[in-house]
Parts: sequence; structure tokens; C-alpha cells
Amino acid sequence: MAEVPVNTARRRFLTGSAVAVGAVGAGFATVPFLSSFEPSARAEAAGAPVDVTVGKLAAGQMVTVAWRGQPIYVVHRTPKMIETLPSLDAQLADPNSQVASQQPKFADNFYRSRKQEFLVLIGVCTHLGCAPTYRPEVAPKDLGSEWIGGFFCPCHGSKFDLAGRVYKGVPAPTNLYVPDYIFASDDLIRIGVAEKQA
Amino acid sequence: MIQKLGKWVDDRLPVSHFWNAHLAKYYVPKNFNFWYYFGSILLAVFAIQIVTGIWLAMNYKPSAADAFNSVEYIMRDVNWGWLIRYMHSTGASFFFIAIYLHMFRALMYGSYKKPRELIWIFGVLILVALMAEAFMGYLLPWGQMSFWGAQVIISLFGSIPFIGPDLALWIRGDYVVSDVTLNRFFALHVIALPLVLLFLIGGHIMALHEVGSNNPDGVDIKTNKDEHGKPLDGIPFHPYYTVKDLFGLGVFLFLFAAVIFYWPDGGGKFLEAPNFIPADPLKTPEHIAPVWYFAPHYAILRAIPDKFLGVLAMGSAIMILFFLPWIDRSPTKSIRYRSLAFKIILFSFVIAFIGLGYLGTQPVNYWTTLFSQIFAFVYFGFFVALFLVSRFEHAKPVPERLT
Repeated sequence: MAEVPVNTARRRFLTGSAVAVGAVGAGFATVPFLSSFEPSARAEAAGAPVDVTVGKLAAGQMVTVAWRGQPIYVVHRTPKMIETLPSLDAQLADPNSQVASQQPKFADNFYRSRKQEFLVLIGVCTHLGCAPTYRPEVAPKDLGSEWIGGFFCPCHGSKFDLAGRVYKGVPAPTNLYVPDYIFASDDLIRIGVAEKQA
Repeated sequence: MIQKLGKWVDDRLPVSHFWNAHLAKYYVPKNFNFWYYFGSILLAVFAIQIVTGIWLAMNYKPSAADAFNSVEYIMRDVNWGWLIRYMHSTGASFFFIAIYLHMFRALMYGSYKKPRELIWIFGVLILVALMAEAFMGYLLPWGQMSFWGAQVIISLFGSIPFIGPDLALWIRGDYVVSDVTLNRFFALHVIALPLVLLFLIGGHIMALHEVGSNNPDGVDIKTNKDEHGKPLDGIPFHPYYTVKDLFGLGVFLFLFAAVIFYWPDGGGKFLEAPNFIPADPLKTPEHIAPVWYFAPHYAILRAIPDKFLGVLAMGSAIMILFFLPWIDRSPTKSIRYRSLAFKIILFSFVIAFIGLGYLGTQPVNYWTTLFSQIFAFVYFGFFVALFLVSRFEHAKPVPERLT
């Protein structure tokens, strides 16, 4: 074989371009693997609205239903509970619900609901996702004499009032979410629908 | 005949080379004490977890509908299933007991210092992988604590600004912890992370055998060699330390068996009571606590009354370990020759870590929060103090040879 001088510059270029093209290909190949971690079409589809009948829910009581796998709290507030809501303003982080992501437009009011007496919340603590417990009693031993009813998260001690508004100085940063819902009739709440179909 | 076969293999595979390089002619300091048992014990626990894990996977069903019942089936109906499961669940706790003691050894004797920085980094990576492995494994029984623990930990990622919510969704693969999450955690727990651990352990040991072990005196045995080039203060790993480690392993297995047979739930610490109730996505248990080995980090999270800063502090508590070889600027390795100041801060660090571990399992109130904050301050303060102390400390003279 004849001695041919080695063209190192060309070798380096060919090696380099092969590596670059290979790296791009490998990069594209990761897409299906990473994307397959996203919710599947089935998981995205499972979000049908849920109906709750509140006609028999006594004042002061709460009922929990599942929607999209999350607990939804429906509370029938007593007139006394509604009366005391404004008295807490100074102790709350966001008393006027200014963080817009936490409730639909229709609940952007001081009782955070369509009807004053019925509170509808997603029962997922905005801190780390535990389900806060409903503590309507006034001044229980473990929550102190100031407590006038609300939600207490057992995981990290976050406190919310009876409109799901977060107290100051607790780990949860924002108020509890209010989901989309409508009153399909006077005592039937449909969760997961924003507007009444005409 | 056997010898001939042995030679035939050895000509084609470096069996005897491996045996000599890592055991029979691998020289190790002669003064290893109690604290040096845990490396080999960790290897043994890893093997136990792999074997029992394979057997559990034969009867376990990774679906939200079947998982809890299949675990109860293993406990009640599968021959010796209860034993294999208790070995696996107890093994998880003992893995962490051993790894924490193993790391404490490195802190005492400066085993992370030059030239062993990479061994330490591999070690911290193993700790991180092991935490992920344990966390995912804990979801699999699909009890109340499995579910809500996973819900909380995945939500941690959700607090990262901008990408957080999408990242949490990506990890769960659903809008809540669900069947999808359970199924993927099973895949990661039984295949992906054990492979990662295997590679990391391989790297840890290769890096160790490249530079050789440190010892309780922190003296480099390679500086004093005899005319054959063997360290004067070294002895071959086999048979000297294989025998010693086998003895240590025997004692360890004695304790391990005692827990498996007489105390498998570890008083509610190894297996938590709410986990004997099937997962209920609508109801959080009254008091949720992590398993004990995550409790120190969890206490740091809770100590800080801000969501993202809490997560950041918890992450930093682990990440800061990676920098330890450069935080500690003292050339003296062993605690035997270091200053009183070093002994005091190391002791405080251990107290803080244990204190946080206790507080992380307790319900939130004014006092637990206050003490968590104090101990978290001491935890991070250790690294700051170490950075300063190690620069100015007056260490005692280190001997030339092992004592």
C-alpha cells in the first residue's frame, strides 16, 4: 500500500461532525422517553363534572366528594360563620383574594363562593398537598382560644378560615383553591363546570 | 484437573488478577476499628434488599386496585412471605442506620479529604439515590402513609418557581398521586434505581481501591513501605479484614434478625401504623410523619415558615455535603489530632441531626417548631464553623506511623 499523508484536519472535522449529528439524534431520541412521563390521554380525559346534592346538608356540616381524584369540600356555613368572616382580615395573608389563580372570577368576593352559605373548595393544602381537616368548633384545646372555626392542615400546621383563606405565618403560601362549579338547581352543585349551559 | 480448568479460565478472564488487586494483595491500614465495619455491612444489606426485592416482586401487584391487598396476601398466604417482606422493610431502615454511621466515620477521621474527595462524592450520590429508592419503595404498599407521604414529597417539587407545577405533574403523570404514579414508581424502584446504585457503589469502591483506605489515625500508610514496596503499616485485606468483617456482619445480622422476628414495625418507626390502612385520597391521616430516616430533613423543611425556602433548605441540607471536602480546610484528617473546637462542632452537629430526626416525627406545635429552627441553625452552622475552624485550628502533631 502506498504511503498517503494523513489529513488530520479532515479526520477531525469528520469525527466532530459525526459526533455532533449523533448527539442531536440522541437528543431527539430522549423526547419520547421524557414525554411518556406526562399524563396520558386517559388521565387527561378523566375529569368529568361531579354533582353534589346539598339540600340535606345541615348548617355547619361539611361533605367531601372526589373530583379528578381530589377531595372537594362543600360546607354549609351557618349565619354566625358568615358574620365572623370579616373579623379575621388582619390575621390573614390574602383576605381579599387578590391572588387570582386561587378562585374563579365568580368567587372573587369576601365569602369566596357563589352563594354565601355554601363554600366549595378543593381540599388540597396549598403547601404540600395534604387534605386539611374541617374544624368548625370554636376555641378547641389544640388550636387555641382565638380559633373561630376553619380548616387545619395536620401535616404542617397551616390554618385557613371558613372561606379557605390562609392565615399569616403558616407554611401555606396562598388561599385554598375554589374549583369551577355552578348551581344546577337550588340544592344541586355541579363541580367542574364554570358556566351554566344555555 | 480442577487446576487446569482454573488456569484455562484465568488465561481468558482476569480472575486471579482481580482477586489479588482487590483482596489478597490489596493492602489496608492495620488499625481499623469498629467504625470500619459499615462499608462491608452496607454491601451485605444491598445484597439482601436485591434478593428479597426480587422475591417480593413475584407476588406484588403494582396497581392502585391490587397493591395493598397483594402486600397483605404476601404477609398472610405466601409461604414465608411475611419473613421476606420483613427482611426487606427492616433492611431499608438498617440500610440507613449503616449509611449514617458510615458517613459519621468519614466525618470523624476526615476520610473525605484529599485524595479521597471523589470517594466522598460517590458516597453522597449513593445517599441521594438510596433516598429516592426508599421513597419510591415506600409508596408501593399503597397505605395511607405511602399515599400522603408521596403526595407531600412530590408537592415539594411543585414549589420550585416557574417550572414547579409542571415538574410535579410530570413526576406524578397524573393530577394527583394515582395508579399511574404507583406503576412508574414500581418500575423505578425495582429496575432503574437499583442499577444506578450498583454503578455508584462500583465507582465508590473503584475510587477507594485506587487511593486506598484512610484510617483512624489519618496517616497515609503508603509513605512508609518496605523493600518489596508493601506498606509497613498495611495488611492484606484478605484474609485479615475478610475475617474481621465477617465477624462484624455476624453481629449485625444478629441484631437484624432480632428486629425482624421480635420488632418488625420498629415501634411504629420502621413501619408506620397508618400504613396498615389502605390509601384514601380524600382523607389525610391525623398525624403524618415520614419514616425515621427522612425525619431530620423533614424537620428542616417544617422549621421554615415559607414554602419554597423550606424546600430549598431541605435540599441544601443534602447538597452541602457534596462540598464538604472543600469546606474543611484543615490538612489534619483524624479527630484524634484535631482541635477541641472541631470536636465541639462535630458533637453539636450530631446532636442537631438526632434532634431533628426526633422532631421530624412529632406533631407541629410551638415548641417543636422552635427547636427545629434551633437545630436546623446548628446543622448549617456546623459547615460555616467548620470552614472557619479548619482554617485557624491548631492541630496536634500527627505521628509518622500508625499508633
